[in-house]
Amino acid sequence: MIFGIDIQLALFYLFSAVMLGAALAVISARNPVYSALFLVLTFFSAASLWILLQVEFLGIVLVVVYVGAVMVLFLFVVMMLDINLDPLKEGFTRYLPVGIGVAIVMAGELLLVLWARDRLGPDRFPAPPLRDADYSNTRAVGEWMYTQFLLPFEVAGIILLVAIVAAIALTQRRRSDARVQVPARQVRVKREERVRLVKMKSEMPAKGEKG
Amino acid sequence: MEALLELLWIVAKILAITIPLIVMVAFYTYFERRVIGFMQVRMGPNRVGLPFLKFHLWGLAQPFADVFKLLLKEVVLPENANRTLFFMAPILTLAPAFAAWAVIPFSDTLVLSDIDAGMLYILAMTSLGVYGIIIAGWASNSKYAFLGALRSAAQIVSYEIPMGFAIVGVLVVAGTLNLSEIVEAQQGNVFDWFWLPLFPLFIVYWISGVAETNRAPFDVAEGESEIVAGFHVEYSGAAFAVFFLAEYANMILISSLVPLLFLGGWLSPFAGVPVLGETFLGQGGIHWFLLKAAFFMFSFLWLRATFPRYRYDQIMRLGWKVLVPIALAWVLVAAGLKLSGLVVLGS
Repeated sequence: MIFGIDIQLALFYLFSAVMLGAALAVISARNPVYSALFLVLTFFSAASLWILLQVEFLGIVLVVVYVGAVMVLFLFVVMMLDINLDPLKEGFTRYLPVGIGVAIVMAGELLLVLWARDRLGPDRFPAPPLRDADYSNTRAVGEWMYTQFLLPFEVAGIILLVAIVAAIALTQRRRSDARVQVPARQVRVKREERVRLVKMKSEMPAKGEKG
Repeated sequence: MEALLELLWIVAKILAITIPLIVMVAFYTYFERRVIGFMQVRMGPNRVGLPFLKFHLWGLAQPFADVFKLLLKEVVLPENANRTLFFMAPILTLAPAFAAWAVIPFSDTLVLSDIDAGMLYILAMTSLGVYGIIIAGWASNSKYAFLGALRSAAQIVSYEIPMGFAIVGVLVVAGTLNLSEIVEAQQGNVFDWFWLPLFPLFIVYWISGVAETNRAPFDVAEGESEIVAGFHVEYSGAAFAVFFLAEYANMILISSLVPLLFLGGWLSPFAGVPVLGETFLGQGGIHWFLLKAAFFMFSFLWLRATFPRYRYDQIMRLGWKVLVPIALAWVLVAAGLKLSGLVVLGS
């Protein structure tokens, strides 16, 4: 509490406002590079909110994985492509009704799920309990992941592995005209293969020439 | 009121870390030029001392002269550059480089924030630094800067993987993400520290650390001979100084992480050794931490003076085909060592 304001609550509203604003900016920014950077800000604010909820492990992992790796590559691609924005904006008004329709259907489905599980209304979501000072989110996540949720966790791991193998297999193509260095062979090279010492008599200056 | 005082106290502690850090960066640049000068049999800066008096003081005032020069120079905005992002980029590089210091334990009592996910937090902060570099390259509207930014981004993303696996090995053995507890787990003399059972990871971490900071021999992001100065080719004056500050702060950060993870942080190498351990040498403390960090700070300069620059494809090969497999294999070995009881913590 500073000056009668609950800091946690104030921070919650601050981070939420930044996150919503950034999320809006992602879809409304004119420049795709700006969009990608606003998406980074959105992820970062979401991570901050999670840390306020005392799930610091998930929050920091979100920053490491999405902000630190995925978005870097994304930004990479967006910067390399020289996207012409005008043709992209052309269909905006034409497709707007369809987009609104899809959004309404999706929101309705989400509400139906909440209603069916009796989770509708703010009183169904009590404030999360404050944890003890020695509560470690990292430890808690680890304990759940390797006991209760071991099978889903491993299935997810295998699916990711398959995806990696598939992605690598897609990029594997041999080009016959490509020149490739084989470092192992370069390292193995012996002196005799490259250097030839020639014995010869020293050259004498020709007559009339200064030595 | 009490909360306000606490906040001020935290700010005071932050200043107590950042101000020495900035001063250290300043003298690190001087030290670098002197050390490399020594290694290449030349003088290095040795003229700037007290003004108007004939004291040169081995050139110790050189960093101040450099800082004033950079601050007084004009900041040039290139034509058609993106103004906002151009000026945001240096700050985006500097902020994570300083923020990472929040969880570094200098001794068993000296730490700003002793959080449980400390190691993860450091990984998150070091991976954020790449944004400043990419944005600088893109916003400059220059081919050289853009090439440098792309090289740097690819390099940092690639080397984060062996770095992460090296850290995983440490975490497996120590059983915690908290940096203070990682050091406590190495309790004992020099042979109880993690560098011995995790030797390959120690080397992998150090090499990846050098690559993460874009320093020689992995400095293709700057690559003077190919792309002038890489991502900061268009920067001058104070904006360039901020990039410089961030790079050196990152070097000091890596130099302090290696001792924390593998060389027992603030612990004394002689603790528990019969005769030496009973003298003041056996006592752990911040001086040991600073000494170990200083060695790695020196090693950064040593590497730069010794090795030629890697070619870009060779950097990628080293990262993906050499360091990643070694780190992966040794994580399994580390797990085996832990399970078999060969590594006993806090002996």
